[in-house]
Amino acid sequence: MKSALHPHIGTGVTVVLCLPVLAGLAGTLLPAFGYLPALGGTQVTFQHFEALAAQPHILRSALISLAAGLTSTFVALVVVATFVAGFAGTRPFAFIQHLLSPLLAVPHAASAFAIAFLIAPSGFLLRIISPVLTGFTRPPDWLIPNDSLGLSMISGLVAKEIPFLLLVMLAALPQLPVANARRLMTALGFNRVSGFAIALWPLLYRQVRLPVFAVLVYSTSVVDVSMILGPQLPPTLPVRIAHWLADDDIGARFLASAGAVLQLALGLLAIAIWIGVERLGRICHRRLSSSGKRLGDDRLLRLAAASVMATSAAFIFIGLGLLALWSIAGLWPFPDRLPTNLTFKTWERALETLAAPLATTIAIALLSSLVALAIAIGLLSRSGHRSADRWLPVFLPLLVPEITFVFGLQILAAMAGLSPSIATVAALHLVFVLPYVLLSLGPPWRALDRRYEQIASGLGKSPLAILVTIRLPMLLRACLTAFAVGFAVSVSLYLPTVLIGAGRVTTITTEAVALSSGGDRRVIGVYALLQALLPFLGFLIASLVPQLLFRHRRAMRI
Amino acid sequence: MQTPGKTMALTLSDVTIRLSGRVLLSVSATVMPGDVLTIMGPSGAGKSALLAYIGGFLDPAFVASGAVLLGEDDLIGLPPQQRHTGILFQDPLLFPHLSVGGNIVFAIPEAIRGRDVRRRLAEEALDEVGLGGFFDRDPETLSGGQKARVALQRVLLSQPRLLLLDEPFSKLDMALRQQTRELVFAKARSAGLPTILVTHDRADADAAGGAFIHIGAETQS
Repeated sequence: MKSALHPHIGTGVTVVLCLPVLAGLAGTLLPAFGYLPALGGTQVTFQHFEALAAQPHILRSALISLAAGLTSTFVALVVVATFVAGFAGTRPFAFIQHLLSPLLAVPHAASAFAIAFLIAPSGFLLRIISPVLTGFTRPPDWLIPNDSLGLSMISGLVAKEIPFLLLVMLAALPQLPVANARRLMTALGFNRVSGFAIALWPLLYRQVRLPVFAVLVYSTSVVDVSMILGPQLPPTLPVRIAHWLADDDIGARFLASAGAVLQLALGLLAIAIWIGVERLGRICHRRLSSSGKRLGDDRLLRLAAASVMATSAAFIFIGLGLLALWSIAGLWPFPDRLPTNLTFKTWERALETLAAPLATTIAIALLSSLVALAIAIGLLSRSGHRSADRWLPVFLPLLVPEITFVFGLQILAAMAGLSPSIATVAALHLVFVLPYVLLSLGPPWRALDRRYEQIASGLGKSPLAILVTIRLPMLLRACLTAFAVGFAVSVSLYLPTVLIGAGRVTTITTEAVALSSGGDRRVIGVYALLQALLPFLGFLIASLVPQLLFRHRRAMRI
Repeated sequence: MQTPGKTMALTLSDVTIRLSGRVLLSVSATVMPGDVLTIMGPSGAGKSALLAYIGGFLDPAFVASGAVLLGEDDLIGLPPQQRHTGILFQDPLLFPHLSVGGNIVFAIPEAIRGRDVRRRLAEEALDEVGLGGFFDRDPETLSGGQKARVALQRVLLSQPRLLLLDEPFSKLDMALRQQTRELVFAKARSAGLPTILVTHDRADADAAGGAFIHIGAETQS
């Protein structure tokens, strides 16, 4: 608690979170310029960039990624912001919040499959209205999902970004004078949405800006969602890089490396464009604020925002239901709404091959999230009440496209002679899991009344004893929730697992995404459903354990 | 519980607390065992910061200097857990994850060994303040006055060397406040603890009956 201890957390966080990112970036950048002694590259050259430029439709792949990232982030942010502005503190707000929170735990791949099962030409939506309204007796020949404009991918990303952005804003809202501002703005004659926009939005946005950047970079460089919902001729840039990485040809490595540099540039360009949009937004905000416009009735706007929120949640929930249904479906011809018969054959067949990746997934998730929790507790107990989670280092692994540094780490790991194992994959997962664990544990950690610890030290207890007997038990629920968040993040990681696992460590997630090209809906149903359910296991434990342990302690139940 | 003979006088020698360069308070005083020094002043005058300095958990935003002597020992050089400063805040702050008795057992020094011995001590302590049979209760089910009494016994059983009271009566209603106040002062006196009370309630100061320092008056007006 002495100020002399503060520098430690700075270096601690920096080393744990930044070193892998920076080392990985170096490992990616050098081969792109021809330097990779292990593969015979020793001189600096630009020929790999020339080779990259010569790839067919490479510009289109890059632009689709950029456009999808910017569009999905913008749409999700506008929808969530309008919703928060229109409903903060009301009953529908609480309802939709409860509806959306579980979606945060659903891995990207599973929710992408869920949406694919819904919107495909042979999907559920078309089955509902066929053949009565459409006349289709066979699935139409539409390119959905995987449409060439990336619209399916964008909608999938929006559906997954909405719960995340909502949660981030919910975490920031208590620090804003929401009720006072609303009363004041209403008294001045503004409606809810415009009153919120003028009085609170700049304050709120400042607090969620880094997470928004993280969403932007993520959706510009996403691989798994893009493989499932994205365009295929050509695929998006990150998917193409992933293909090159999987190529046995050594030359493809250099190509992938050059592609990763392009991906990094794309991420920076996305952020630069976004900052431009922010500037524009600021000017509009100033105009709106000084114009005195009251903007009349906002009911339609509020309704629209709430509908999009609810629809996106409903899409994923219904889609998850469809995954379950397909996994036990026997014959299910188009355009029947329900399967002709149900069977557990798919499960029986899948279970044999499924057991090993399932165990691996759980082992990696347990390992990485438990270590992350321990590190987070260590960091937070040293930093006292400084808000370490606002720091850039914490967000760095989320702000750099994962493909650009994980690839370099793969090369470094190979050079260091580390063979792919559960431990190496878990170590890499830690880089992505720790930021979320810190973000989840930080606020309740700081919210605990410090006087409890002051009393305990007055009673003669050492700092370690206080941590173990007072703080951790009082924060048990928060610790378990942070653990469950970490577990969910680890389960959902696709690209880092594929790259460091190098085909020798397979998880439910890598298997599920690998199945996407095959198109066997029943097997996909089994894998994607399991992938979606695993994170809930963590959250279930996180809510049941404190309930059980503290069943006689009223203040410990929330 | 300690006998008055073992306790020592508490001396504050030129204790000065600054916040961003401004002197909030500067105190020199001696509190004899069993006596109460009352420090009165408006909120923001640094009363709680003074107690935090003595207890060893002053926020780094404050800068403090001066010696706090217990007998011959300077407390400021010691880590907080070795100062043995019993503290009572406005809120009872019973540890919500422990039982009522668990809160008290937690406070009993390690040197007292044996599960049964420790439990019996805690039960006796509860009995003393009219809470016999409350050992296994959930602290959350207690009334405000009951919680305050548990908090008091918790502090006393930790065998503190001094007592710091940070407006511990301000959240109790009138009748209860009077009663609790008398109990706390009587206990502090019989344990022979030098006690510092900070408050902005004149009646607290009168009930304490000891020396009296008024701070922050000039800076406030």
